[in-house]
Amino acid sequence: MIVVDVTVNGRRYREEVEDRLLLSDFLRGRLGLTGTHVGCEHGVCGACTVLYEGAAARSCLLLAAQADGAEIVTVEGLARDGRLTPLQEAFHRRHALQCGFCTPGILLAATDFLARTPQPTRAEIEDLLSGHLCRCTGYTPIVDAIAEAAAAQAGAEGAGA
Amino acid sequence: MKPPPFRYLRPSTLEEALAMLAAEEDAKPLAGGQSLLPALNMRLVRPSALVDVNRVVGLDDVGTRDGSLAVGALARQADARLRRHPLLAEALPHVGHAATRNRGTVGGSLAHADASAELPLCLVLLGGAVRARSARGEREIPASNFFLGPFTTALAADELVLESTWPLEEDTGYAFEELAPRHGDYAFAAAAAAVRGDEVRVAVGAVVPRPTLLEVDPENPGASAAAQVEPWATVHASAAYLRNLVRVLVERAVARARERAAA
Repeated sequence: MIVVDVTVNGRRYREEVEDRLLLSDFLRGRLGLTGTHVGCEHGVCGACTVLYEGAAARSCLLLAAQADGAEIVTVEGLARDGRLTPLQEAFHRRHALQCGFCTPGILLAATDFLARTPQPTRAEIEDLLSGHLCRCTGYTPIVDAIAEAAAAQAGAEGAGA
Repeated sequence: MKPPPFRYLRPSTLEEALAMLAAEEDAKPLAGGQSLLPALNMRLVRPSALVDVNRVVGLDDVGTRDGSLAVGALARQADARLRRHPLLAEALPHVGHAATRNRGTVGGSLAHADASAELPLCLVLLGGAVRARSARGEREIPASNFFLGPFTTALAADELVLESTWPLEEDTGYAFEELAPRHGDYAFAAAAAAVRGDEVRVAVGAVVPRPTLLEVDPENPGASAAAQVEPWATVHASAAYLRNLVRVLVERAVARARERAAA
């Protein structure tokens, strides 16, 4: 057993974990943050993607033990004071989800992507989504939503400049 | 699935890590974990211990030395400094997905030695090398002797990759081509080319057990490369399709490398 001291969505947790416990299972089972979904458990489906030390990462491919001292953001940590982020709002407006299983992973991956790629092309957005399986939407509304959030972000920055 | 039981060890110095690898039978180093964790989750490997080297300081430097890009083993595949090498800049977007490149390391990809992996292919084309150390000492292994077969390298069980070197020649054009069923998936076939003057170098991956340099006819690189490989049919593609794919990818890679060499 190993003690991990980890900050998730701004809150600090100190927990004793089994060496082999996956970060995804730690978040869901131990911390009750079930917004992080678990699909394939080998890095292909993207459903478990979180922000780990500020960068998108598969939580099924990290051990909870590794996360000692780390800062993590899950889908529960995106909205502030009940207000959705512009990306989440765009998903809502564009109907970019149906069953919602893939959505948390895509939201975290796209949050990281938009921070690094302020004015993405449609092809770049599609490229990002190659790392996320969605069986409901056919992806088009998801691409639309991310493009809309990118445009809003660029507009807001332009207005502020 | 979930990983089988193992002991998690977290050294903070290189010496400590090497001592753990030497002392522990069946221990495996854990770097980015983007191939090791899937293998653990699917229970394809059962190490007695994982030696997490992520906290070892100084293993993620990237710099230029003697005309080569010297890349610390822990440099992440998403590290922008890697793109100083034009071949890596072109190959890296094919390595998994953004979220796996954020964690996956250069050293880990080389040590894992998947036959379809992009980084081993690039290292072989460039004639680079891997520097590895164990408690017994340090050695440099040329790429041509490093990759022995699928998931098999010249590394001993107690050896840790410290650095890889990626030669960067002047007046040389580089290009990388690959086709995968979806972007970021395992490649059906991949080709890398370097052109300098009349000299044409080509290496192929995924259709061979390990990344392989081919002697190609500079006038007819695609066809001459395709004639030298014996792809095995998979559920996705016939051998004839894969052989044709090698022809197309090599032809494209050489053409682009040639344009860049001339530019």
